[in-house]
Amino acid sequence: MEENNKKHMNRRKFLKVFGTGVAATTALYACGPNGKQNEERIYNKTDVPTDKMTYRTNPHTGDKVSLLGYGCMRWPLKTNAAGEEEVDQDAVNDLIDYAIAHGVNYFDTSPRYVRGMSEKVTGIALSRHPRDKYFIATKMSNQSEDPYLRSREGSIAMYRKSMEDLQVNYFDYYLLHSIGGGDDGIETYNNRFIDNGILDFLLKEREAGRIRNLGWSFHGDIKVFDHLLASGVKWDFAMIQLNYVDWKNASGFNFNAEYLYGELTRHNVPAVVMEPLLGGRLSRLNQHSLSILKQIRPEDSPANWAFRYAGSPENVLTVLSGMTYMEHLQENIRTYSPLERLNDREYKALEEVTELMLRSDYVPCTECQYCMPCPYGINIPSIFSHYNRCLTEGNVPKDSQDENYRKSRRAFLIGYDRSVPKLRQADHCIHCNQCIPDCPQRINIPQQMDKINKYVEQLKING
Amino acid sequence: MLKRIRIITAFIFFALLTLLFLDFTGTLHIWFGWMAKIQFLPAILALNVGIIIFLILLTLIFGRVYCSVICPLGIFQDAISWVAGKRKKYRFSYSRAINWLRYAVLVIFIIALIAGISVIVSILDPYSAYGRIASNLFAPLYQGMNNLFAYLAERFDSYAFYSVDIWIKSISTFVISIVTFIVIAVLAWRNGRTYCNTICPVGTILGFLSRFSIFKIRFNNSTCNNCGLCERVCKASCINPEEHKIDYSRCVSCMNCISACRKESLKYIPKFKPEKAVKTTGENVADNSRRKFLAVTAALAATSAIKAQISKVDGGLAIIEDKKIPKRSTYIIPPGSESLKHFSQHCTACQLCVSVCPNQILRPSNDISRLMQPEMSYERGFCRPECTKCSEVCPNGAIKRISKEDKSSTQIGNAIWIMHNCVVITDDVDCGNCARHCPAGAILMVSRDMDDPNSRQIPAVDTERCIGCGACEYLCPSRPLSAIYVEGHERHKFI
Repeated sequence: MEENNKKHMNRRKFLKVFGTGVAATTALYACGPNGKQNEERIYNKTDVPTDKMTYRTNPHTGDKVSLLGYGCMRWPLKTNAAGEEEVDQDAVNDLIDYAIAHGVNYFDTSPRYVRGMSEKVTGIALSRHPRDKYFIATKMSNQSEDPYLRSREGSIAMYRKSMEDLQVNYFDYYLLHSIGGGDDGIETYNNRFIDNGILDFLLKEREAGRIRNLGWSFHGDIKVFDHLLASGVKWDFAMIQLNYVDWKNASGFNFNAEYLYGELTRHNVPAVVMEPLLGGRLSRLNQHSLSILKQIRPEDSPANWAFRYAGSPENVLTVLSGMTYMEHLQENIRTYSPLERLNDREYKALEEVTELMLRSDYVPCTECQYCMPCPYGINIPSIFSHYNRCLTEGNVPKDSQDENYRKSRRAFLIGYDRSVPKLRQADHCIHCNQCIPDCPQRINIPQQMDKINKYVEQLKING
Repeated sequence: MLKRIRIITAFIFFALLTLLFLDFTGTLHIWFGWMAKIQFLPAILALNVGIIIFLILLTLIFGRVYCSVICPLGIFQDAISWVAGKRKKYRFSYSRAINWLRYAVLVIFIIALIAGISVIVSILDPYSAYGRIASNLFAPLYQGMNNLFAYLAERFDSYAFYSVDIWIKSISTFVISIVTFIVIAVLAWRNGRTYCNTICPVGTILGFLSRFSIFKIRFNNSTCNNCGLCERVCKASCINPEEHKIDYSRCVSCMNCISACRKESLKYIPKFKPEKAVKTTGENVADNSRRKFLAVTAALAATSAIKAQISKVDGGLAIIEDKKIPKRSTYIIPPGSESLKHFSQHCTACQLCVSVCPNQILRPSNDISRLMQPEMSYERGFCRPECTKCSEVCPNGAIKRISKEDKSSTQIGNAIWIMHNCVVITDDVDCGNCARHCPAGAILMVSRDMDDPNSRQIPAVDTERCIGCGACEYLCPSRPLSAIYVEGHERHKFI
């Protein structure tokens, strides 16, 4: 009871600060000793701590890695004078400076990210800081079926280019990018890393100290995952997809995170977590799910929950988030400064939310953009994201007898035209199937496009 | 009082008729579509006997009130003339009728109508001329404003407005609309109803009838002091005060003279009624009601930044080339228009159907023989099975009312596949998008190599089933020219 009252007070004060701004804060300062406690609480709410970040220790190198890792695949874009889109370097500098100032020290990129611009801009921003203030992770991204890229020369050239673009002479973390892909996972793995001697090359680089930690990121074929752990190579870390939906209910060809995490822990390989939010899907919940979570922690967002979930297991080295906006960065820093582990009741609540998610018809797209650009101009991630968002908001009416049919129909169709230009919508997908191998979630994109388009047609016809 | 009634009625007609051309959602047509259907020439072309009789009787009883309150071009001229009158009052003067020109134009018009020279008919028909001005000049402003609202609505996560494409559907029609607008505006600015009384064929026909109308504006010679005020407010220039005569073939019963006369010497009374002075009250009502007109003109003149919908081309997206209009040996017209002949004889190119087409298919033709009459093309959409909007709004009977069921069994053309454009051949990929989206199920996919059932599949059109809706043409990935396109039918077929 006492506890509740305090909390209530606190919230009211919090609102007051928002309402009256600086005046309220100064007034509180004037409150004297009695006001002290409240002042501190308010400070915690509105500001982002710089020195409370949770760190995990890498058992192999003793690195103290911040639990929040920065994924450099979603940097903000802007249109330059020539009308082309480019990464907004100033914004990236601000984000990285802020992240470092607040204790984030792990930065994960790849030669493929942000249309190939990520390493360069990340390098520019990071090189403004002392080299021992941050850990760099990048990848051997030779997954596309380009014979040169998969040759020894091509792959080594990619490795050296990364060093040059990131302006470093050693990598803290280096990954074999997206193993488990391809029609035959093992064959693709051998083709990318074994036959051309690239794995040997990378192991030598590790010996030479130019790679401090060698690992891999995994999507897809579980045989490759098991094969690598059993291969006898000493892996310093591995990156897996982990979130409360994937823990036991991974979609498509993905494997349950429970198994992946368990295996990594058994082999003493620290886990780097990707997709803690499933490409943002776990940050937008429907009313029902939201109420379950808000009931327990009214002030926390769904993203808070998802990050706490991903950060709770002890063998997780860092949780990556591709943060485009300062607000997201701030929120995530707050979540992990310090991490408050989930309790049993909270785990239960997330299980309930997972149940609700599984019952609906989401497309498991994380908007990673690997499928883009579609040669026929389809905006694949935007179509899926619109569809998923409408599902969340209850704007996917199933039946014209539904209560809100007309309203939802309008919201779905107008929103569709707003998020995706007509010529880039699902009806223009020709089913050439070129995107299918690119999708790490193994979504049958053309089939999903067909499903969404049939749905759109049905809405249009049953006006 | 009479003038006030005229102005209010005209304002309502004008505003709603204009909105018919501006409203792209088609909701107004359900309620006010009849306003287009009671227009004189459309009624004649649609053989709408009831309306023709109504209009003739209306004129025989009340004179040319049609020209004052129903014809949008007439009201439009009044609006311009009213603005000009703000600068210079009492600027009109009596002139003789230019009968040779009026009747010559009427004769040409009738010959053109019979001979099917649609361009002349379209240009001269006052309702259609206004329709083109509204749809070509006013609609883009209206849509621009709408898009601005849509932009704001998007910011507030509201679905109250949605954005529409603004594009010039035909250069020639656009130019003709501008020229018509300028000519009409200049004539109206200088001399009021010159156009109606010297060129407009509908004005000439109605003017012929109105000479015999029962209600007319008449002089009371005993009270008239020959001040000439009536002459100077008569925008039809039809009052000769010296002789106390009014040219009833040109009088549009606007009642301006009645309000202006200080001696109450002018009365709008039936022929057989003895001419005696009737006391009326409220001499100055005209001034108050003028403000109504200000509202109309202000609304029309309101400009807004036109936010053309620029499709945001993300660098991560392949550039989509615009589609080109294929050369069709027979053009395509909407279901309900029966045949090219029926259509070209009935359409006056008012652009109402073009304005309401939600799929951006209809646009005015640039072909000289059917200039400005609509035709179909599928670069921006296809003729969707659930839409029959054009057939609902057409006032001329050029596109006859058609049900959705009949529409889906009307063949307006048929699809033709062009091998050397097809992506299956040029890009060596699987496609079949035309077959996937054909609402009639008229496209089969067959193996390219008949000896190899596993070879890539190419489309084959079943012309018996194809209705020519253009879904295949619109959704074909081949650019700028689709690998499958629709050729029109001379006469529509029913299956």
